[in-house]
Amino acid sequence: MSAAPIRPGAEAIAAKGWFSAHKWLLLRRCSQIGILLLFLVGPWFGLWIVKGNLSFSYTLNTLPLADPYVLLQSLAAGHMPEKLALIGVAIVVAFYLLVGGRTYCSWVCPVNLVTDLANWLRVRLGLKGGAHVSRQVRYWVLGMTFVAAAVSGTIAWEMVNPVTMTHRGLIFGAGLAWTVLLAVFLLDLFVMRHGWCGRLCPVGAFYSLIGKFALLRVKLPARAACNDCMDCFAVCPEQQVIRPALKAIGGTPPLILEANCTNCGRCIDVCSKDVFTFGTRFGSPENASPPGQRVN
Amino acid sequence: MDSEAKSRTKGSNAARRQFLADTARMACGVGLLGLGVGLYARHATALPPAAIRPPGALPETEFSGACIRCGMCVRDCPYDILHLAKPEEPMSTGTPYFVARQAPCEMCEDIPCVKACPTGALDHKLTDINQARMGLAVLVDHETCLSYLGMRCEICYRVCPVIDKAITIDTQTNARTGRHTRFIPVVHSEHCTGCGKCEKACPIQVAAIKVFPIHMAKGQLSEHYQLGWVEKEKAGGSLVAPDVEHRYNLPEGMKYELGQGLSKLPPADVAPAAPGAAPGLPKAFQGGKL
Repeated sequence: MSAAPIRPGAEAIAAKGWFSAHKWLLLRRCSQIGILLLFLVGPWFGLWIVKGNLSFSYTLNTLPLADPYVLLQSLAAGHMPEKLALIGVAIVVAFYLLVGGRTYCSWVCPVNLVTDLANWLRVRLGLKGGAHVSRQVRYWVLGMTFVAAAVSGTIAWEMVNPVTMTHRGLIFGAGLAWTVLLAVFLLDLFVMRHGWCGRLCPVGAFYSLIGKFALLRVKLPARAACNDCMDCFAVCPEQQVIRPALKAIGGTPPLILEANCTNCGRCIDVCSKDVFTFGTRFGSPENASPPGQRVN
Repeated sequence: MDSEAKSRTKGSNAARRQFLADTARMACGVGLLGLGVGLYARHATALPPAAIRPPGALPETEFSGACIRCGMCVRDCPYDILHLAKPEEPMSTGTPYFVARQAPCEMCEDIPCVKACPTGALDHKLTDINQARMGLAVLVDHETCLSYLGMRCEICYRVCPVIDKAITIDTQTNARTGRHTRFIPVVHSEHCTGCGKCEKACPIQVAAIKVFPIHMAKGQLSEHYQLGWVEKEKAGGSLVAPDVEHRYNLPEGMKYELGQGLSKLPPADVAPAAPGAAPGLPKAFQGGKL
């Protein structure tokens, strides 16, 4: 064996083949880039499938989709939106209640492409350590954005929000928006691991609150087969969500119920023992054991 | 007190202290960030004068709380005049505006930009584009305005979509030549929509007529001011004393003209001069409304 550390997922590639070991990652990139392209074929080629951006969009002049977070801030600033925006919010909230709130982060958000790149580079360059910032900070930031909106009477966070700034910039012209995106990239690369998406971003924090009640979950029907290779832990952007379900801490059922699981499915990819799978929050994946009971 | 209990108290004290310290750290850090963001956002509500909001935009302070920066108005503008503010521009990031000198509002009758707005930051109550008040045109520079210089320009008047209401022409004597008329465009805030067509069309290097935000362009009389002639019309007659025709108390056979002083009346013309034949005015202006 060579002295170089084996990269996470190597075992899974050997066991399942490259494509199976990258299935969800590839699907996720297709989703992220595909959604971006849906927004871009309008301004680029005059093919207007989707108008607007992630704050509000109108698909084929029939389907309104609105970001509940930005509209809540608008409400905090003292403005009641029109009906179309409210319908858009209802559709989006219903959707994320089904598929998991932070699915937005890993399957839709354009910033994720950048922070994933930063993290990949961080691993490649062997950069370790950095500032420690609690994963709870994002909820403080989330609260702060509402206070700022209420006190200033403006949607203050939208002035600096890297998420909407990136998406809007790509579609409507960026100006210096790239500097903010670069700042996020450098933060994740040099300052702290998973710094933006995992600790600071209030958009993710907001969607995690929706995700608390979401239907779609990562399940661990074969958690007994775990050989402690730690690959899932190495690739997971929200590492704290795995352990309780994998190790049945405190009688946790084999089901990731943590709000901050982004449903990226990377753990499913890199597990050579096929411990993980997607499923609903209902029903017991380990048929013999009712939820809440320690199994192994 | 046994030592175990003591150390437990100590331990929980330490944990509590740690918790409080962590909480304070997060709250202060995030609070600082919030202060920065809030102040930045407040600053940005001061819209630069050249940036004009689309028709129906709420007042600026409300607008930046209502607009979610989705760009639907930009997309549905058939003339593509609207932009979303970039982060480096001195206004709320991502909010829509147009620059009249580059491309003015074409005042579509169906106002698609307002219809496209999902939040009502562009007020859906605006259904008649002539009621839009995007700004107010001001003939701001009399020194370069060709009409003021005595030339026949009046382009701003010709291109005005609310011609003869929002802009009218006031004819004045050209005091420099003494024999010509100046055709001065006059903007009336009651009808000006602030579309900016006048600014766009002004033919000189830098427009002499510009659209400004209404609060910058419009003066306001103090509340106690009452205009005598308005009150008179309202009351249907003079409120103070019956009007009397003004006459100078002059010696027999003399007349008085403003700026010319006393002079003798020609012996044949003992009766007061007819109103339309005032001496001192060029012939062209004698008679008629001037």
